[in-house]
Amino acid sequence: MRTTELLIIGGGPAGLMAAKTALEAGAQVTLIDRNNRLGGQLIKQTHKFFGSEKQYAKTRGLTIAEKLITDLEDYHDRLKICLNTTALGLYRDRVVTTVCNDTYDKIHPQAIIVATGAFEKCLAFENNDLPGIYGAGAVQTLMNLYGVLPGKEIVMVGSGNIGLIVSYQLIQAGVRVKAVLEAAPVIGGYKVHASKLRRLGVPILTSTTVQKAIGSLEIEKIVTVKLDSNWQAIEGSEAEIYVDALCVAVGLSPMHQLLSMADIQMCYVSELGGLVPHVSEDYETSLDSVFVAGDVTGVEEASSAIVEGAIAGLMAAKKMNHLHPEADRILCEYRTQLDNLRSGPCGCKIRNGLGKLKENQHVG
Amino acid sequence: MLDKTGVPTIEQIRSRFHDQATLVRPKAILECYENIPCNPCETSCPFNAIHIGEDINQKPVLDPDKCTGCGICVYSCPGLAIIVCQLINQKARFKIPYELLPIPKANEEWIAVDRSGNAIGTATIIKVDCLGKQQKTTIVTVEVPIEKLYEFITIRSPYE
Repeated sequence: MRTTELLIIGGGPAGLMAAKTALEAGAQVTLIDRNNRLGGQLIKQTHKFFGSEKQYAKTRGLTIAEKLITDLEDYHDRLKICLNTTALGLYRDRVVTTVCNDTYDKIHPQAIIVATGAFEKCLAFENNDLPGIYGAGAVQTLMNLYGVLPGKEIVMVGSGNIGLIVSYQLIQAGVRVKAVLEAAPVIGGYKVHASKLRRLGVPILTSTTVQKAIGSLEIEKIVTVKLDSNWQAIEGSEAEIYVDALCVAVGLSPMHQLLSMADIQMCYVSELGGLVPHVSEDYETSLDSVFVAGDVTGVEEASSAIVEGAIAGLMAAKKMNHLHPEADRILCEYRTQLDNLRSGPCGCKIRNGLGKLKENQHVG
Repeated sequence: MLDKTGVPTIEQIRSRFHDQATLVRPKAILECYENIPCNPCETSCPFNAIHIGEDINQKPVLDPDKCTGCGICVYSCPGLAIIVCQLINQKARFKIPYELLPIPKANEEWIAVDRSGNAIGTATIIKVDCLGKQQKTTIVTVEVPIEKLYEFITIRSPYE
């Protein structure tokens, strides 16, 4: 069985940042990721990021990934990176089982940071399994990683930031976005993203959803329907839109399975996207020396994931008596940044969700 | 309206424009109508002309006396929500962010477009900047008739 001081599962924004602060503190780190390169979802993000410069705002996501990865190069003597490596299990004695190229392995680290991120929610409608119907992550992978267009004429379902941003990226790639559908009465994402689409001629249809997809071998058209204030379909409001692709961007859910498997205390909080772990202020779960960071703690922006990763990295290192020379100062700074990112009206849902989680923790 | 359509009202738009005497010199127009956690406009401005403050969820406020219309905020805004406007020779001259292909060239005539995506006339391309520091957000300097001051927002290629 392999050993390491700190095992980080997931090399997205949270995992990369956690590796950085833990290495700075002096820990020995093994970082595993199931993909063939580090960066998580950042490498598909061709748009400039929001937040403050402390979280790399105004930098394109793929460039942020490059920066975070480059930051780790100084520590190659204490850092082991395992790509194409999937964590299959997490056990209560902190043993993690992995698979890489059909080879199974076991790792027994002193501490673990689970930074597995989130997965896309799907939407139930008739024929939602027709070829040509994608999740937003798949569209971004095809288009922004492999340079393959998902279609020529597309409709986006969901006007959260992901739906709006991916629609804009589709237009940049030369795809015609025929409409963005939003079941809620108002646009979900930042209005600046919506305005970017509107000026390019994309209609955003609120209180509207997809009722069914139609096509024999692949999607040929969709039927949309208007929703009333109780989210019920309004009869007679159906309309057809001809498309050769449909993109579904209706939210994300934390990738909680490893945590659930280790019987870590979890709680279902819809505002945070689903099942999330109870955590201490230091991002430690109910299982000793198992920490979490990023979307697995509740779905938020990448900027928050970066900051959470930094905190978890520091605290996991501290647990193993590796004290970052400036731990107190930077910890205080990161906590302030996180509060600042969540303090506005856009952070309301997250604040409510975190409040519920905390309440439930006390009851539990 | 902005919540439902993504298009701001004329009142919202006018609230971000400065009076015509001020616009004799180029000034940034901050079309950021929502409290979102974001402040690169403030931190990128070399003249401290944009204020947000400690709470980065506040909307940016421009000090037109300090703003030189340099356009650094135009490519620094991740929301592409900032343009620079100047009234010159009976025309409205804008610096706009542009992230589509093809990239326009100086002296070309492109289609002027409003905030709903409608064509509203012709836009003359004056200058095109794609410097490395802009991180691939092209800044296009473009002139439209002065009557389109509050309508114009972007350009569309005439070659499609």
